[in-house]
Amino acid sequence: MLAQRLRYKQFMSYTDEVLVRAAGLRKSYGPARRPVRVLDGVDLELRAGEVLALLGPNGAGKTTTVRILATLTRPDAGSAHVAGYDVVAEARRVREIIGLTGQHAAVDLKLSGRENLTTMARLAHLPRRAVRGRVAELLEAFGLTDAADRRLDTYSGGMRRRLDIAAGLVRRPRVLFLDEPTTGLDPRSRAYLWDVVRDVVAGGTSLFLTTQYLEEADRLADRIAMIDDGRVVAEGTPARLKQAVGDAAIELTYGTGAEAGFAAAALGTGTPEDRTVRVPTDGSVGHVRGVLAAVEAAGPAPVRWEVRAPSLDDAFLALTGQPTAPAAAVAA
Amino acid sequence: MTAVAAAEAGPHPWRRFGPDVLTMTARVLRLVRRDPDELVLALVLPTAMMLLFVYVFGGAIEVGTDYLAYATPGVLLLCAGFGAANAAMAVNSDVSGEIMDRFRAMPVASATVLVGHVLASMAKNLVTTAVVLGVAMAIGFRTVAGPLGWLAAVGVVAVYVFAITGVAVLVGVLVRTPAAAGGFGFVMLFLPYVSSAFVPPETMPSWLRGFAEVQPVTPVIETVRGLLVGMGSDGMPVTGLAGTATVTLGWWLGVALVALSAASWAFARRGR
Repeated sequence: MLAQRLRYKQFMSYTDEVLVRAAGLRKSYGPARRPVRVLDGVDLELRAGEVLALLGPNGAGKTTTVRILATLTRPDAGSAHVAGYDVVAEARRVREIIGLTGQHAAVDLKLSGRENLTTMARLAHLPRRAVRGRVAELLEAFGLTDAADRRLDTYSGGMRRRLDIAAGLVRRPRVLFLDEPTTGLDPRSRAYLWDVVRDVVAGGTSLFLTTQYLEEADRLADRIAMIDDGRVVAEGTPARLKQAVGDAAIELTYGTGAEAGFAAAALGTGTPEDRTVRVPTDGSVGHVRGVLAAVEAAGPAPVRWEVRAPSLDDAFLALTGQPTAPAAAVAA
Repeated sequence: MTAVAAAEAGPHPWRRFGPDVLTMTARVLRLVRRDPDELVLALVLPTAMMLLFVYVFGGAIEVGTDYLAYATPGVLLLCAGFGAANAAMAVNSDVSGEIMDRFRAMPVASATVLVGHVLASMAKNLVTTAVVLGVAMAIGFRTVAGPLGWLAAVGVVAVYVFAITGVAVLVGVLVRTPAAAGGFGFVMLFLPYVSSAFVPPETMPSWLRGFAEVQPVTPVIETVRGLLVGMGSDGMPVTGLAGTATVTLGWWLGVALVALSAASWAFARRGR
């Protein structure tokens, strides 16, 4: 499967066709006198065969971007095309090419998995005789064959989410939009969902994904676009992004500012913030042990310490020099 | 790219309207079958109402004729109307829910959702009507109607259900939550009481009687009663049935037309 995927990617990278292109998207909601600006000029590109993650905090404009690209919302300004079709003027064409799975489950809980997918397959105008086979194929691919004839209100959160994604795939879309696919899922369901999504991409579907998890973007995406306060603030491969963000850090919290300052000077790191000293690390046992030995030698004992992976906030800070916009500012 | 696009272009959604409506209708009917509340409303309520009116109230209400014959058309329209009003909640949970986004992002005319609800409501309330008539006949209801009379009566009930469903769809599209949409059911549950359905309007105080005589539920009841049992609300043989039927059809087809036009207008503007 992996080899197959690599071959496919190689092939696609030569064709380099831009499948989704957004330019200068703007959108405000609310009364005309006091509009709330949600998108403030979003530019994006998704190439064929690629996975693009739109990464950002709550309220950054991820869902609005997806809704515009999936023909559900009209932009106030700017333009967007999917496979060359305008999402406003040629919405009907776009709808034949895309699959959408929104942030909240769009399925009938009183119906079984098979019934839900069958309804969607009929509405997607699959040939009548192909419906049953396609539904069985999707149930199998999403690990839901055993639960196929059970009502969705007996499904776990992860199973429901998988069925929801399968429902967006009945017609083998060229582009699949997934809006925060794993928000609220436990780690095991999340890992399983990632595997399933990778298989979908290996099958030739390009994926436009939104997420608020750096890890998810890193695991799934070929390219990451970071969005904050209605603008794309950084864009690049996960490797480039991680390089910019830096590795994990050992965080040492001291009882007083003086102790923290003393330790920071001894360890040769920057000025401590709020009694906390941060020492970058690659996370290896040897390096962590070395740092801790230096901490002990420095004198004052920290109240607590931990090894912390870079957070979404760290990433934004590293790439834009600013933390993510506070939620209050976004809502104002 | 043009070649690729041409190969993918499916038929225009309006050309798939018929099949898509059937898919939507089947979906709604399946949801109805899985909902205990809906089943009670469609099957148990009609039976209970029939027995309640005939055996509990019937003995005390003097209408100058057999009360079973008098009240059966009223129970029939009460149950069908109430069942149709219930579509407001189903419509609202669809149009205010996430599934509407999924439908809108597919090459499907979104009006099929509403038409599907209308057809499903018609089918559901035809079953309810059959249950009411079945129970009525089991406890002694006899009709004077021939095949044509039956056909006409079912047609009038169908128009009434169609119109109430139309208003229900409008309410479902306009309100914000399914719970708010539920309020419309109560209106339709009470409107028939203030008509000639269960007691002759002549027995009401004059101000109420005025309302009961002109409100649109009364002519439907009078028409169906006239067709099925051949008598008016005064217990006398029916006269002027054609006129009453015309008023009925005028009222309810008008209501249906206005409500459904308004509903599709409001629906197109929702969630943009």
